[in-house]
Amino acid sequence: MSKKDLGLLILILVVGAVVTAINPRFLSAINLANTSNLVALFGILSIGQAFVIITGGIELSVGSLIALLGTLFIDFIAVRELDWPLAFVVIIVLGAVIGFVHGWLITRLKLQPFVVTLCGLLIYRGVARFYTADGTAGFAFGQNFPTLEFLTAGRSYGLPNSFIALIVIAIVMWVVLHRSVFGRYLYAIGKNEEAAKYSGIRTGRVVIAAYVICGVLTALSAIYFAMYTRSISPASHGQFYELYAIAAAVLGGFSLRGGEGSLVGVLLGTVLLQELQNLVNLLGIPSSLNFAVMGGVILIGVLVDQQWGVFRARRRMIEATRQNVAGAPAE
Amino acid sequence: MAHRLLSGAMTSTDTTHPNTAPFLSLEAVRKIYPGVVALDRFSMEVRPGEVIGLVGENGAGKSTLMKILGGVTRPDSGTITVDGVAHDGLTVEQSIGSGIAFVHQELNLFENLDVAANIFFGREPLRAGPLRLVDRAKLRDMVAPLLKRVGANFSADAPVASLSLAQQQMVEIAKALSIRARLVILDEPTSSLPMAETEKLLDVIKGLKAQGISVIFISHRLHEIERVADRVVVLRDGTLAGTLAKDRINHDEMVRLMIGRMLKEREKAGEATRAPGSVVLSAEAIRTSTYPDRPVSIELRRGEILGLAGLVGSGRTELARVLFGIDERLGGSVTLDGKPLNVGSAADAVANGIFLVPEDRKLTGILLDLSIAQNITLPNLPAHARRSLVSTGAELATAEKQKKNLGIKAPSVLTRTGTLSGGNQQKVVLAKWLAMDPKVMILDEPTRGIDIGAKAEIYGLMRALADAGVAVLMISSDMEEVIGVSDRIAVMHEGQISGILDKDDFSQENVLLLAVGKKPKLLQAAGGVE
Repeated sequence: MSKKDLGLLILILVVGAVVTAINPRFLSAINLANTSNLVALFGILSIGQAFVIITGGIELSVGSLIALLGTLFIDFIAVRELDWPLAFVVIIVLGAVIGFVHGWLITRLKLQPFVVTLCGLLIYRGVARFYTADGTAGFAFGQNFPTLEFLTAGRSYGLPNSFIALIVIAIVMWVVLHRSVFGRYLYAIGKNEEAAKYSGIRTGRVVIAAYVICGVLTALSAIYFAMYTRSISPASHGQFYELYAIAAAVLGGFSLRGGEGSLVGVLLGTVLLQELQNLVNLLGIPSSLNFAVMGGVILIGVLVDQQWGVFRARRRMIEATRQNVAGAPAE
Repeated sequence: MAHRLLSGAMTSTDTTHPNTAPFLSLEAVRKIYPGVVALDRFSMEVRPGEVIGLVGENGAGKSTLMKILGGVTRPDSGTITVDGVAHDGLTVEQSIGSGIAFVHQELNLFENLDVAANIFFGREPLRAGPLRLVDRAKLRDMVAPLLKRVGANFSADAPVASLSLAQQQMVEIAKALSIRARLVILDEPTSSLPMAETEKLLDVIKGLKAQGISVIFISHRLHEIERVADRVVVLRDGTLAGTLAKDRINHDEMVRLMIGRMLKEREKAGEATRAPGSVVLSAEAIRTSTYPDRPVSIELRRGEILGLAGLVGSGRTELARVLFGIDERLGGSVTLDGKPLNVGSAADAVANGIFLVPEDRKLTGILLDLSIAQNITLPNLPAHARRSLVSTGAELATAEKQKKNLGIKAPSVLTRTGTLSGGNQQKVVLAKWLAMDPKVMILDEPTRGIDIGAKAEIYGLMRALADAGVAVLMISSDMEEVIGVSDRIAVMHEGQISGILDKDDFSQENVLLLAVGKKPKLLQAAGGVE
């Protein structure tokens, strides 16, 4: 765990302690279960976003994708009566395909990630609303999918199954990001894509893969969100979720220029965001202030981090100067 | 001007303009950088309306001189007299204020703005009123006479991006005139211009001269200097090698002054220990996007260091980039070990054992934020992994081995490469390729910005590679390096190989002659040029 992550963890604990002191319900089983479920849903989404951000890209369409894929999923199993495992696979594949298309447009046709995914944001939202004729996708009365409901919204040993899924995904993605060849390539490309290319890395493929991973994880969380809300009005479902995901990554120490950030960081970022949401509810702060609180905390967090970086760089420079003065120039 | 007293110390060795006081005169200027005497005992003067050709090899001290005139660097000693006022050194403000303007090889224009906006950028005439809007009508009126003075054939509201390179240079010159420049310094303005464009620029220079504005024209293209210069100043190793008056300006004389010295005693790469072997890589009539109409053919042989000389902008780097798969090959064919090879990306080149040590180390050679070990294993990471997971042990083992073999000076292989010196960074670039199995090694300016000691080591490594049977292609602008290290020298001129010299014909003069597109003086008249 890096110093940055440790700082974030401490912040989470301190905020938690303060909230508990004011309203002890924060630590109640029901509140923790609820919050951890939300952490899981947003966590899966944010990990996907993190893989894109690490390459120096951005994925703005995930909120709309949550709406579109969630709508499709419910429609498949509730209206078209597909077997849910089949529907599940179809949605995941769809997420992968959309991610691939984004990556392809960005790497092969040299479009900017912001532009491509902004168009995605608009397109998928529109398609989702059109698909339901601006209606609501939901289950009919008495429609039950026990296994699916257990896996998505159920609990084991008191833990939401979604949270267990997040833990599994996080461990796998931690290995991918921090231990695999692919993960190293991601960091290298984020740091300096040109130099990575000159080292013989097929940078285009790696970047496309990052968008595919983001698409798959988004699709997965879309299913979780759909099963959590159980009814979707595509006009508003998942709105701003891309910003939650980006905020989690930024809070977790990711640089939007790429090449920086850790999986633990984005998880902690997600936890902090959900904690803040929870705080707004528990402390009786008007929920209209929700976004303002989040924005304020992110701004302060980033500011502290940046100032800390400046401070360290200055100290490094002073040290280097001293060394140069003391000895011969370092050559 | 006339009412100001001339500095008493000033002497004049030039008599072409006996009646005009010089606008600028340098007296015994000296500038020392750690370990390098960049400029020493250098004196020259520029009279109003005079065109000075300034020539010298790369590294002869031209850039230092420009920096001193531009006020970027202060000389350690000497006097600079501008307009009769003596200075120890100029500040940027003094330089601009006294009417010295630069037009650099890399233009400083905003391509997205139009001509007028560029010329008066930051000095736009404003309309009265609280909004302080740009007065476009007035701007146009101010720009029109300037464009006329440079003989521009484009309008003030043309976007700069739509102009040709020569036209963009005219914009730069117009910009210089707009600040009432009295001396315009053109730093290799024609090196990236095609022939017809060059003509236009030379006309502009003549126009400036007619308006009484002085010009210092720096160029590697000696025939252009011959055509426009009133006087030629030759720099060599930071000192004045000589001044040629108008009637003595000719090509041979300039070359003689530029290289009039023996090869200095220095570390060399050593002689080849074996005769060059079979052809490893052969490129046949390939073309690059920079010179799409100039086919290039080149053969790299096993165990041989082929030097690739030529002036900056002659297409050497472009050739390397095509061979390494970074740029698209526009035609022709490449064979590796006799088999046709299609390299579509750097990854393809690396997979085939063709490696490049690029010119720009910090931008493309290494990743400054990664550790030495991570940089070294980056091109060959799968070999340091089990089931796609990086094996730190294998990675460190490779890195340690390379660190030891190449003598990379760093606290550990986990040190961030950004903190290393230039020489050690370059060794990391080499290490990552040496850890693999090179067949062809292309090095683009491998010793640029590297101190003498590390240079010698890099030469040694190149020779060791060649001895191990690798085909080495070394691009270099350092004449001594090319002659001291290479087994054969290919010289490029304006996108084409103008000749290939065998060891017997190695001389600075021959390389330079080929580099400017002339015939070399060969021992066997028929032999060397292919």
